[in-house]
Amino acid sequence: MSISRRTTWSLRTAALVYLAMLLLLPLAVVFGRTFEHGIASAWSWVTTPAAVSALWLTVTVALIAVPLNTIFGVGCALVLVRGRGRLRALLDAFIDLPFAVSPVIVGLALILVYGQAGWLGSWFAGHGIQIIYAPAGMVLATIFVSLPFVVREVAPVLVEVGDEQERAAATLGASSWQTFRRVTLPQIRWGVAYGVVLTTARALGEIGAVLVVSSNVAGFTQTLPLLVYARADQPGASAATGTYAAATELAILSLAVLLLMTLLSPRKARR
Amino acid sequence: MGLATLYLSLIVLIPLAAVAAKAFSGGLGLVWDSVAHGVALASLEVTVVAALVVAAAGAAMGTLVAWVLVRDEFPGKRLLNALIDLPFALPTIVAGLTLLVLYGPGSPLGVNIVFTRAIVVVALLFVTLPFVVRSVQPVLLELDRETEEAAASLGASNATILRRVVLPTLRPAILSGASLAFARSVGEIGSLVLIAGKVPIASIVIYADVENDATQSAAALSIVLLAISLVIIFALRRYGRTQLVH
Repeated sequence: MSISRRTTWSLRTAALVYLAMLLLLPLAVVFGRTFEHGIASAWSWVTTPAAVSALWLTVTVALIAVPLNTIFGVGCALVLVRGRGRLRALLDAFIDLPFAVSPVIVGLALILVYGQAGWLGSWFAGHGIQIIYAPAGMVLATIFVSLPFVVREVAPVLVEVGDEQERAAATLGASSWQTFRRVTLPQIRWGVAYGVVLTTARALGEIGAVLVVSSNVAGFTQTLPLLVYARADQPGASAATGTYAAATELAILSLAVLLLMTLLSPRKARR
Repeated sequence: MGLATLYLSLIVLIPLAAVAAKAFSGGLGLVWDSVAHGVALASLEVTVVAALVVAAAGAAMGTLVAWVLVRDEFPGKRLLNALIDLPFALPTIVAGLTLLVLYGPGSPLGVNIVFTRAIVVVALLFVTLPFVVRSVQPVLLELDRETEEAAASLGASNATILRRVVLPTLRPAILSGASLAFARSVGEIGSLVLIAGKVPIASIVIYADVENDATQSAAALSIVLLAISLVIIFALRRYGRTQLVH
């Protein structure tokens, strides 16, 4: 198709204006509002005890959920691509389910099973373990919503590289663990890395599922997204600065994640 | 491998089964009674209509953006390409807050559409932007330009080429991206809690029910919502595939 200069320009303008109105302008305004009263004021809002503890809880939840989902994701992708039988069929049917379920439903589901009156919750309560309205439940919720990312990224790579090298390693006498560590893992490492970045992004920013299973108590069950939500609900101009400051802190964290994504994706393509 | 099944069961399958069990604990009639009236019904209507609008508008704008990113050349294109993933990286509560500041009271643009259905659609377009762009982009990159040139040399106009050659190839990718955007929109809460106000949103109604210990009606609405998104995902994917065969 030979497209006239005018059409090219108008298409380009339409795309740029759409993206500017949707993505850039809103972010720029929040950054602007954050530093309206100076950097010192913004800094004081992200160093309050509640904000510091929210940052740590957010990071801790991610540090538990991401490694667990990475191990599960790689194992699951191997079963999906190389395996057969009933387990493969089960995984194939259910692995994408977390993406189709609303985060709020995830929270409700966890309450029904792990809450005080839940299927398993009463047993835990009997042993003095609280899951719902405690950090443990927030970890479960985060694992649920970020479960499919690593599988989604690793499975296509596994299909593409094929299993010839793995078979060769096995013929030469490598154990299945050796084959995995020396042959499979180096082949899929960029896929794994990209999946980990996506999982981390979701884990840091999740609010829906976590909101339902958290008591949103500052210093105990308040993550950074929940802190933004709590501060946004408070009236008054100074609380507003606090909201923007916490949001900017989260945005900076996620921009770092976005940067990693951008740096990793060409490597993933080249492998 | 049994461990993987246990992990999936404990975290995903058993909890979802618990929602279904709770919803149907009083029989089908009770599900109907909790969903078919008042705020629950209104929220379903608003949510599904908004999700359909977002899927359609997102498909159109997403395809346009993907086209510009693949076929056009201009300075800053790589930066723009990286920005497409921003909604996946940015926490949704921050997305909601940014829209509240830009399109809410005291807006620097002078538009106040917060607490209306319009802002709900804008927020959902934001969070679902990457789905269509990222599913159309690779197909557009691989698209054989010779077919387009052949069509042009046979006298087809640009509109005809777009309609008869380009769009049919892109259709499965557009539909699969749109179905993901729809499913995401139906369940979205994070970007909406700050800006929806009194507009009834299904996921916010479920959250309010849970907070008020009305777990049965929360579960009933959840099951209906889940059924809607699964049906749409399967229908759009199937339609996309049939198109691919022809």
